[in-house]
Amino acid sequence: MDELRVLSVCGNLGYGFPKASLDNGLARHPHIMGADNGSTDAGPYYLGSGDQLTKREQIRRDLGFSLAAARKKKIPYIIGSAGTAGGNPHVDSVLDTMRELSKRDGHRFKLAVIRSEMDKEFVKRAVREKRTRTLGKLPELTEEMVNESVRIVGQMGLEPFMTALEGGAEVVLAGRSCDTAIYTSYAAMRGYDLGLAFHMAKIIECGAQCALPIGANDCILGTLREDHFELEPMNEGMRVTPNSVAAHMMYEQPDPYLFYEPEGMIDLKDSEFEQLGERRVRVSGSRFVQAQTPTIKIEGVRLRGYRTIAVAGMTDPRLLASLDEVEANVKNTVADMVRGTLSPEDYELRFIFYGRDGVMGRPAADESAAPREVGVVMEAIAGDQTTANAVLSLTRSTFLHAGFEGRKATAGNLAFPFSPSDFEGGPVYEFHIYHLVELEDAAAPFEVEFAQVG
Amino acid sequence: MERLYDLAEVFRSKNAGPLHITLDLLFSDESTYRRVADSEALTPGVVSELYEMAPEEVKIVHFDAANAIKITMPRKGPTSGAPGDRDVYGAQQHGPLLGLMIP
Repeated sequence: MDELRVLSVCGNLGYGFPKASLDNGLARHPHIMGADNGSTDAGPYYLGSGDQLTKREQIRRDLGFSLAAARKKKIPYIIGSAGTAGGNPHVDSVLDTMRELSKRDGHRFKLAVIRSEMDKEFVKRAVREKRTRTLGKLPELTEEMVNESVRIVGQMGLEPFMTALEGGAEVVLAGRSCDTAIYTSYAAMRGYDLGLAFHMAKIIECGAQCALPIGANDCILGTLREDHFELEPMNEGMRVTPNSVAAHMMYEQPDPYLFYEPEGMIDLKDSEFEQLGERRVRVSGSRFVQAQTPTIKIEGVRLRGYRTIAVAGMTDPRLLASLDEVEANVKNTVADMVRGTLSPEDYELRFIFYGRDGVMGRPAADESAAPREVGVVMEAIAGDQTTANAVLSLTRSTFLHAGFEGRKATAGNLAFPFSPSDFEGGPVYEFHIYHLVELEDAAAPFEVEFAQVG
Repeated sequence: MERLYDLAEVFRSKNAGPLHITLDLLFSDESTYRRVADSEALTPGVVSELYEMAPEEVKIVHFDAANAIKITMPRKGPTSGAPGDRDVYGAQQHGPLLGLMIP
């Protein structure tokens, strides 16, 4: 094969893509199709709860079109990081939708499911053998951290996907995956240069996000050859330029000149970008440097409690000038009222003042521009939902009537936009594991199961 | 002197994983890019002061191929989306840099 055509359906299956772009992609006779379905961007909730960021209706639409396309062309279709977080409930949910669609549309295919939830004993053995490493300011991993986790997933690399494809899978549904592995595995099987294959994968895993105009979730075709690859958006209204492709290499990653995968490092210092026609770009010079010991990234969350919030607005000038005083008074009053029932470590209480310093968490540099209105989000977190509800309710009513020096608006401090004012946020999780694990066999934790659909 | 916000065509921040924030400054032409990149105005020292962290935590990379500058730093508070975090996607963390004056 002198070239490998890889069609990326979109950057996140479920965000929607134009059907016409998919049809254009099919007309180019791709050898393989892929779609990413996950990310940690939306926070720890999804891994913890088993819920998905993209809802079933969204998956049904995007998977319906793309699965039909892959089956029509009889080409392998790889979906990675199923259901946002790639845990078992996430994989099962997408699998269920896939079976439903296959029944509806009469598809028959050999399916490979690759799960990515990590066995806690497996991770604890790695901790004991000092094969884990922190990736930032989280502490080094301990067995206790593993024990308290709700769920841990590992990001699989190339090998599990290659096992699935070599086993004849026509559709691969994978748990948490390195985005690049979705698109590189087939190229690796065919012996293409891994530097180019990984680089192309790194760009097309976001769909057409490297294209102009910026912003749409859309299909892109990557064509891999011996010494270069080409990119072409499948939406006729979009184009890529050397600048747009290079700029995309900065997106959501710490260094535009290199990135790491379980198998090694991809060095982009000598990558060259060349315009072809008006809508295509050719990339060459990207190099792969194999790692001595393969590593995988693992992600884990722990439960921090249950949340209830209320939102309100404030306009009174004296109140706005006294927010620190009011906050301290409310916290003290609440602590007094629950004394005997709850101790201070049984709940967390936070106030976010939008319009003052809600995002950055400290007063803006220009304090002369006093806000006319400030919005407050009151947040209570406790060990169960009922307690969080009670703490928040007490906080809200205390804040509403809190006194402060020079108060004139004595009927109430808060303008509530809603009745009821309080909202249950459900369970609250926290990423406490984001670590590297060294493995002799990077594929070991990821079992590939085959099944016939239809 | 002009504000960095006025010179950049794209001025964005985003998570690079749940532990890091990365800021991208993309300039519309090479001369504007060089003006900022070659000035001594945007250094790890300056950025670390604005974000209240140690200079060695701030990494700045100049990326000629895209007329772009990338700044990466650890999240100061909790991990993304943990209690106390104010910006789950890290998408609005560029504020402190907007007013930086470039000669």
